Amino acid sequence: HKHTLTHNSFSIIFYHCECVLYQVGILDVDLCGPSIPRMLGVSQQEVHQCDSGWVPVYADPQQRLALMSIGFLLDDPSEAVVWRGPKKTALIGQFVRDVAWGELDVLLVDTPPGTSDEHLAVLENLRKHRVDGAVLVTTPQAVSIGDVRREITFCKKTGVKILGIVENMSGFVCPHCSVRHAHPLTPEAPPTSLLQYRVTIFTNTTHNFTTVHNTSSTIQSYYIH
Amino acid sequence: MADVPTDAPEHCPGTTSEQAGKSSACQGCPNQTICASGAAKAPDPAIEEIKLKMATVKHKILVLSGKGGVGKSTFSAHLAHALASDDSKEVGLLDIDICGPSVPKIMGLEGEQEYIYSGWPGGLEDNLAVMSIGFLLGSPDDAVIWRGPKKNGMIKQFLRDVDWGELDYLIVDTPPGTSDEHLSAVQYLSGAGIDGAVIITTPQEVSLQDVRKEIRFCQKVQLPVIGVVENMSAFVCPKCKNTSQIFPPTTGGAQRMCEELGLTLLGKVPLDPRIGRSCDEGKSFLNEVPDSPAAAAYQTIVQSKPVL
Repeated sequence: HKHTLTHNSFSIIFYHCECVLYQVGILDVDLCGPSIPRMLGVSQQEVHQCDSGWVPVYADPQQRLALMSIGFLLDDPSEAVVWRGPKKTALIGQFVRDVAWGELDVLLVDTPPGTSDEHLAVLENLRKHRVDGAVLVTTPQAVSIGDVRREITFCKKTGVKILGIVENMSGFVCPHCSVRHAHPLTPEAPPTSLLQYRVTIFTNTTHNFTTVHNTSSTIQSYYIH
Repeated sequence: MADVPTDAPEHCPGTTSEQAGKSSACQGCPNQTICASGAAKAPDPAIEEIKLKMATVKHKILVLSGKGGVGKSTFSAHLAHALASDDSKEVGLLDIDICGPSVPKIMGLEGEQEYIYSGWPGGLEDNLAVMSIGFLLGSPDDAVIWRGPKKNGMIKQFLRDVDWGELDYLIVDTPPGTSDEHLSAVQYLSGAGIDGAVIITTPQEVSLQDVRKEIRFCQKVQLPVIGVVENMSAFVCPKCKNTSQIFPPTTGGAQRMCEELGLTLLGKVPLDPRIGRSCDEGKSFLNEVPDSPAAAAYQTIVQSKPVL
């Protein structure tokens, strides 16, 4: 997965459809670039301790969506987390072990791009629990797909099942002339059997999928089985 | 600096880390006694070696971003192309994105086997040399599943053991973030010196939020910021030629951020689908679509760069 922007967005759209019925948690392990707090409108919140560990931040009044991110631990959102691998690994271990998630139906783990410390740390710490699988997010460009192929290898090598691939930013509808421009698919495109969903970007803010509360019903329908 | 010797176990914390010789992973490692005694914490001799190697490199520029997917590698590659279009200049492009090396593909060099230790690393033009871990992988599916210390070792090799020769410019492309790769690049080049960093962003606040962290990183390690480039500023419809904003700059985009922080906005590059296509084909869009407003924006940025 090349683009962290689309990871976060995907996690949030998923939440929109799932949380009506389910108890969901999002664990943001992008320690250098934590975007989940801002995208869910809770960037000013802090994490507190309780007897059973760290209390996650809830994104909604009904407390159906629990979040943990290093973003909540920083005093200043501009503060840089300039850590090497071992320190990142240690914090991710704490996020998995010490957060009082409570009863969850689904825990989504949002990762930064790559196949390194964060990804290995998550898998190692979740080893004793069941990892259902991974969703890989890409855009149609060959450079993005090039990285997804490496992520596929990572999943195979670490025994993580690939649930599917989401191709984001498949096309763009020009609001002026309404012509839909599809990004030309390259010969590198993953096999169609893995390409389950496609999401088109709309520029009209009511259809902008990065605005959480205005998700277009068209886009929502892509994600309902 | 965290460095892992070749005979170290899997979770080696690095010879210069505080945990050196003391972590549970160190049990049984042949270097454990040396590490625990602190002898390995002396300044890495590689810094001096790299300083000597880099004496023939006039300008070194790091290309950074907070977020992934903002067009950093695209910018690095095309900055290299633009600088190399002057035949009298020698340009090097070093890709230190170890897990996600995009430079070979963007430069149309995928599948090339480059030499690490001798001669010119090669490349398309006589005066443009390229190095990336991508050239060392057998297949495009190969994943580099390495922790920090091992990535650091590779970066040291790229800087110390590649025969870069005499260069006017060395452009260093990085992965997104503020972690091992960035610290290693800065630390290994601390003897040689880096001119500065160019930071790439897109207009959204989500992207800018991470750029501000990147800027703090530069301040922390005393790396001058040459300026900021805002990519994907506007979308020009190939059909009707109207401009729309795919990524609305709800907090003023890179322009306002630069004003607030006293940084130079080097330029705003519009989103032209033809750029993506050129990159996919490994061609320079400066040559392929010179009429594109994006190509024009790039040329302006390269010509106006304070380093030139």
